[in-house]
Amino acid sequence: MKRVYVEEDWCLACHLCEYWCAFSNSGKDNMVAALKNKTIKPMIQVEEGDKINFAVSCRHCEDPICVKSCISGALSIEDGVIKIDKSKCVDCYTCIMACPYGVLMPNEDEGIMQKCELCTPRGTAPYCAAHCPNQAIIYEER
Amino acid sequence: MFNAPKEGDVRIPSGCAISGIFSKKGKRFSGEQAIKSITLMHDRSNGLGGGFAGYGIYPEYKDYYAFHLFYDDTIAKKECEEFLEDHFDMINLSKIPTRKIPQITNEPMIWRYFLSPLPTKLAESQLPESEYVAQCVIKVNTTIKGACIFSSGKNMGVFKAQGFPEDVGRFYRLEEYAGYSWTVHGRYPTNTPGWWGGAHPFSLLDCSVVHNGEISSYDANRRFIEMFGYRCTLLTDTEVITYMIDYLHRKQGLGYEKVAHILAAPFWSTIDRMNEKDKAEYTYLRDNFASMLITGPFSIIVGFTGGLMALNDRLKLRSLVVGTKDDMVYMASEEAAIRVLSPQLDSITYPKGGEPFIVTLDKEAYQQCQ
Amino acid sequence: MSINFLQPEYEVVRNMDRCITCRVCERQCANEVHHYNADLDRMVSDDSKCVDCQRCVTLCPTNALKIVKTNNCFKENANWHTSDITDIYRQATTGGVLLGSMGTPKEYPVYWDKLLINASQVTNPSIDPLREPMETRTFLGKKDATIHYDKDGNIITKTTPQLELSTPIMFSAMSYGSISYNAHKSLAMAATKLGIYYNTGEGGLHEDFYVYGPNTIVQVASGRFGVHSDYLEAGAAIEIKMGQGAKPGIGGHLPGAKITEAVSKTRMIPQGTDAISPAPHHDIYSIEDLRQLVYMLKESTNYKKPVIVKIAAVHNVGAIASGIARCGADIIAIDGFRGGTGAAPARIRDNVGIPIELALASVDRRLREEGIRNQVSLVVGGSIRSSADVIKAIALGADACYIATSALIALGCHLCRTCHLGKCNWGIATQVPELVKRLNPAIGSEHLVNLVTAWTHEIKEMMGGMGINSIEALRGNRLMLRGVGLTEKELEILGVKHAGE
Repeated sequence: MKRVYVEEDWCLACHLCEYWCAFSNSGKDNMVAALKNKTIKPMIQVEEGDKINFAVSCRHCEDPICVKSCISGALSIEDGVIKIDKSKCVDCYTCIMACPYGVLMPNEDEGIMQKCELCTPRGTAPYCAAHCPNQAIIYEER
Repeated sequence: MFNAPKEGDVRIPSGCAISGIFSKKGKRFSGEQAIKSITLMHDRSNGLGGGFAGYGIYPEYKDYYAFHLFYDDTIAKKECEEFLEDHFDMINLSKIPTRKIPQITNEPMIWRYFLSPLPTKLAESQLPESEYVAQCVIKVNTTIKGACIFSSGKNMGVFKAQGFPEDVGRFYRLEEYAGYSWTVHGRYPTNTPGWWGGAHPFSLLDCSVVHNGEISSYDANRRFIEMFGYRCTLLTDTEVITYMIDYLHRKQGLGYEKVAHILAAPFWSTIDRMNEKDKAEYTYLRDNFASMLITGPFSIIVGFTGGLMALNDRLKLRSLVVGTKDDMVYMASEEAAIRVLSPQLDSITYPKGGEPFIVTLDKEAYQQCQ
Repeated sequence: MSINFLQPEYEVVRNMDRCITCRVCERQCANEVHHYNADLDRMVSDDSKCVDCQRCVTLCPTNALKIVKTNNCFKENANWHTSDITDIYRQATTGGVLLGSMGTPKEYPVYWDKLLINASQVTNPSIDPLREPMETRTFLGKKDATIHYDKDGNIITKTTPQLELSTPIMFSAMSYGSISYNAHKSLAMAATKLGIYYNTGEGGLHEDFYVYGPNTIVQVASGRFGVHSDYLEAGAAIEIKMGQGAKPGIGGHLPGAKITEAVSKTRMIPQGTDAISPAPHHDIYSIEDLRQLVYMLKESTNYKKPVIVKIAAVHNVGAIASGIARCGADIIAIDGFRGGTGAAPARIRDNVGIPIELALASVDRRLREEGIRNQVSLVVGGSIRSSADVIKAIALGADACYIATSALIALGCHLCRTCHLGKCNWGIATQVPELVKRLNPAIGSEHLVNLVTAWTHEIKEMMGGMGINSIEALRGNRLMLRGVGLTEKELEILGVKHAGE
């Protein structure tokens, strides 16, 4: 299965992935309309270091601990993609503690968890990868 | 007509018909055969040039260089003869016999000389005899205005004119000559009237070329070969092809087959598939003589002492057929031009692009013609 | 500090309706043009720092940015151009030589644009490259004047060393130091994939790049930076750089700031010191000295590698090339007036040398007149901008072309001409690690491969149109060219007829 991979050597910390992620999940067809004057809540987030930067996002693990740990059954695997059913999420943070990569994050506005569900139709690159200027985020079969 | 721009002042592309007839046993036959073959391909010429080369036609003078010359006027003739006398022993000279026919007009003065290089001059030049003669030919053609040496080999001769080739043959009374090998050419130049000197065959020493096609590599070939003392004064494809063959065969010592593999080199994809030895040789020849590759459509028949070579461009963009009957070998642009001479053939082949068809005299016959 | 007479050349125009304040412009501008102003809650810019490299424009996800030339103007003057005036202000302030990068931006004739290419009609068929083989393989090196045969009459095929190129294009010299590690790696990877060569320039060869040796030309220049026996052995050919088109007659200067630890190691000079290449080679004060260096390099590599001598196109280039051909060089590279550089005194770049088209035409003619054209291959560079330029160069007589500026543009360079400042936002002409990182060689090499592949396709199309199916039949085939709008003298030098003739 194709997954999103991050090549930290090439991450420039430009944060464009975050904006494209937010745009992709906004449901709008224009980035300005979607993001202007808004604080974005991207599901991929760049962590900056002295020398190394890294975009953190869901790996869609084959044997995901987050799904196992979910107490409400909100997290599930569909065709390899780990999805969240927001109507079931009780905001218990168990998944945050379970995920070794720290990719699950609360969306304070909604009061529930949010996570990457690979925004585009299967097989096409999610926006974060498609718009990374330096191929630091790639979507491929490994 | 000499007021019109001559070959050399303009570059004239042309389409054409070619034919070659050869007896492997060295039987001599008249020029009539070549006339008959080219007559059939009348439509491939447009009356602006035709010519013949006959081999073995001067057995009584076979040790001497036979020079055929066009002169515009007596001044050119006087100047040229002075030059020839300075450099050669003149064994014989005469007008080339012609027949007045209405189809051929405006003829220049046409003379023939049988020559032997002056031993002292030759020694002084420190050149091989053939190179000495070739340089003299180039010198006359480039420096003496109104003089043109259009044939310079031993025991062979070129006859050419402006007109349809069959008329040119009759004009030169070729039925009176007999040779073991003939080539003939009918020309279809596409713009200004051809000039007598620009008709085919083009020759240097005993090597003559008739050619059908228009090569796209012309200026690359010309600018390369001119580095080696040749001067392409006529700006025709045939001239540059002749010089390249002369250079590769006479000066570099390559056999005609290898010459063909330079002029119409195999594609790299073919060379890459060869065994190591061939690959090394073909790569060497192609790389070392890259500027002699001819591209664009051509079919040529090369005449030389004791043989003929037919060769097509690498893509075979021009027709060329080879037929055999007993000891006779025929080469022509069209099969019909062969069948008209020999309706029944032992074999008929269509040489592939870049693959030369070479025929030579049987050993015994070769010794006789030398 | 006294008054500053210089006003910004460019203005950053931000469409506030589109700006979503993502701050990518701010993060990506090494010149610190853009800033987020919290009081205003919007992005602001400092135009005076902008070099118009287009990085921010390219990365802005909402196309909110454009850079425009300022319309602030001095009083019109046909004699005193704005650039003349501002140059004087700069020099009056600094007292220094003005530096510039890349090729001259001044308006000189580009002869490529005044040459037109032939095509076949009727008498000679054009050839369809999709159906017939169309060959661009090129060999560079000295050719044998005479064939030699062994005692059995076989041709001796072991000849002088040749460089084999899949297509007549190579990446010209750009040193590690003047360009980044990742730019070098992109060139090396692409050259290997394409079956052509890239050139180290005078900066030595980074130890990581020895694996690309079979597709590398190693350069020996007046500073001899990074030259040692392993280096000479590593390359497929050795180039002696006598001159460069952008700065004929002068040497080079890589500021100490660019001599990082890795550059220092590769160049074999102390970290942080300026790398100064002298104007001449101090062991070459004449042509016979060059011959000694040529043979010294051949000796030290067992005559296995062709030696290239690179010169700038200058007035007497024909005679110079003739001398080089006779001093043992296998290949002559000529770099034209409009060629690029990482840094040069702008006055020299803009005024010294001659255009490559004229230099090539006269060198090719001169070598043919002397009958020695076959003893050397000719490679030309100095602003080869497209496949059509390559075709025209080959028809004028070149064996192959060197491209550098075109290659950098493929890597993202936007010709802002501030390489000498060392803050290349595209990660090309810089040694700053976070900027170098911006050029991912996986992307860079792919772009280079695409560019050369595309040009090769176009070359094949144009060759086919001319009825030529192998590149050597185009070489020096000047009948395939016609001039437009050129004087008799220009046509005579180029050796081409005017269109319509």
